[in-house]
Amino acid sequence: MTSSDAFISIQSVNKYFGSFQAIDDVSMDIGQGEFFSLLGSSGCGKTTLLRMLAGFESTSTGEIFIDGHPMSDVPPHFRPVNMVFQSYAIFPHLNVRDNIAYGLRKQKLPKSERDAMVDEMLELIALPGYGNRKANELSGGQRQRIALARALILKPKVLLLDEPLGALDKQLREQMQLELRALQRQVGITFVFVTHDQEEALTLSDRIAVMSGGKVLQVDTPAGLYETPTSREVASFIGNMNFFRGTVRRNGASAGAVEAEGLGTIPVPIDQLTKPDGAPVQVALRPEKFSLSGDQPTADLAVEGRLSNTAYLGERSHYYIKVPGKEDPIAVSSTNFDRVSGGSSQDDAPVWLSWSPDSVVILDAD
Amino acid sequence: MSDMGTYIKRPNRALQFYALIFLIVLYVPVLFIPMFSFNDSIYVRFPLEGFTLQWYVELWAREPVWAALFNSVKVGAVVSIISTGRGGVAARAITRDRVPGRAAIVTFIMMPLVIPGIIFGVALLVLMSQLGVPLSLYTVGLGHLIVCMPFAVATLLPRFEGFDASLEEASADLGENGWWTFWRVTFPVVFPGVVASLLLTFTISFDEFIMAFFLTGTDPTLPMYIWGQLRFPQEFPSVLALSSLILFVSFILVFIAQYIGRMGLDDEKNLA
Repeated sequence: MTSSDAFISIQSVNKYFGSFQAIDDVSMDIGQGEFFSLLGSSGCGKTTLLRMLAGFESTSTGEIFIDGHPMSDVPPHFRPVNMVFQSYAIFPHLNVRDNIAYGLRKQKLPKSERDAMVDEMLELIALPGYGNRKANELSGGQRQRIALARALILKPKVLLLDEPLGALDKQLREQMQLELRALQRQVGITFVFVTHDQEEALTLSDRIAVMSGGKVLQVDTPAGLYETPTSREVASFIGNMNFFRGTVRRNGASAGAVEAEGLGTIPVPIDQLTKPDGAPVQVALRPEKFSLSGDQPTADLAVEGRLSNTAYLGERSHYYIKVPGKEDPIAVSSTNFDRVSGGSSQDDAPVWLSWSPDSVVILDAD
Repeated sequence: MSDMGTYIKRPNRALQFYALIFLIVLYVPVLFIPMFSFNDSIYVRFPLEGFTLQWYVELWAREPVWAALFNSVKVGAVVSIISTGRGGVAARAITRDRVPGRAAIVTFIMMPLVIPGIIFGVALLVLMSQLGVPLSLYTVGLGHLIVCMPFAVATLLPRFEGFDASLEEASADLGENGWWTFWRVTFPVVFPGVVASLLLTFTISFDEFIMAFFLTGTDPTLPMYIWGQLRFPQEFPSVLALSSLILFVSFILVFIAQYIGRMGLDDEKNLA
């Protein structure tokens, strides 16, 4: 995406709290109607960045444009964005109807029209008839939906969501994820969503920015982040990953090859190889990209190892396999091995690992 | 194990007994005042001589009592409004803004609680006479402001601390400026604390004696009037009657203030 069609454009933004740098030279563009997530562990700067979009924090340097307008001098109450707070911030002294209608005061609508808008919102969030409930009579999921309705009734250009599902239990969270995604498609507003939950980000987002230490590590689609992470940090933050120290052995020909610890010299996709021959790299392989078998498989790419540990997870198991030449065992995620493939899952049993060359990711060495 | 559970839950009889004695010793002397106010004798001594409402009737008919009462109410009303307003601003600043030296500021605000009233009284008297300000109900009110400020702040601080700062941010986010956010969110949420603070500071001003002693001009407040009457033995039963009424009203006001002040605080904690 280029800057010209970006709806939100964050340009070289830095933020200091005293001597602490919370945001470190962040630039990115978010498109109209996109469901965009900021993903990172706590303290990575994702919430600070969101609060800068809302106007609650200023930028130390750099500029944020929303719909083409610079936002530096625009206070929160004049920005074309609305926010769903982590605590939901439902006004405790108002009932549901007055909470949802809170932002409509300045529009000076006749009461009938205002009521119709509120009713429409209650319909949208599937809480019709809840208008006269008091704030303290609501469950967590209901408060979350009312916070959404209160923001959406103002028809913002951007909706900012600060970990809105964090306070809900697992089942409700999964249900709300689906509802949130459906709602976003329905209203067509740009959502900027902050979360520390990588699964949630993968489920919901069109694109995700992975943040760490105030920096943006990678901005990509969920599949892009998972299949082709560009750094070890991203690779280990999104899902699980096996890392192997390696050295580039053949480059420039039609196929690339890398000598990796424990795997031998293996073919890799040529577009993954940007380093010259002899350069140190890291080879990364997802646990579910391996197949396991008790006997030597027919595939070209296979190594033999010994099972060192097994974790049974129901539909799948995690196997940890020691191979000669690599210190840490390789993690493999697979459907239950002994029932399907007839092999033994006893500790120390010999097993064969095989994988496809396409699933290999090459990263810069540490 | 036994039904009594661990020592943590087991009642301690000795402590309960001590607490009972403590409360009796604390309040029985005060209860003598209403008791003797109904006694049919101008002498405060046992045995009691019979029940009468005579002293209350006399009190009703006495002009200076009414004048002093209105003086106290005037001062109390103005002092409670000003100290609650200022206390609210202080509490908001202490809890919300990034104030350097927050702990020191709170200590300074609370200081009048531990500085003897006589010192403040003398200091203000000296200041007023140096400035050539004549003593009046205004100077009494000024003294009462100093006494009442800590109580206003102490009542309002928990209200401000107890409410989520993101409520105000949500209001700003929904398009309201500072003025409207204050009236639509901040004030309604802290309102019970404001009422509690008004009642409490009014009561304190109404009952205050030391500041009034130094700073009163020609118009006495009610406690000053009582003090003046103590010189006349035949007036003493009426003073007791007046004191009983003040005691009763003060107790009611403080009780209401405590009740309202806590309103909603527990609910919100349960939700969080």
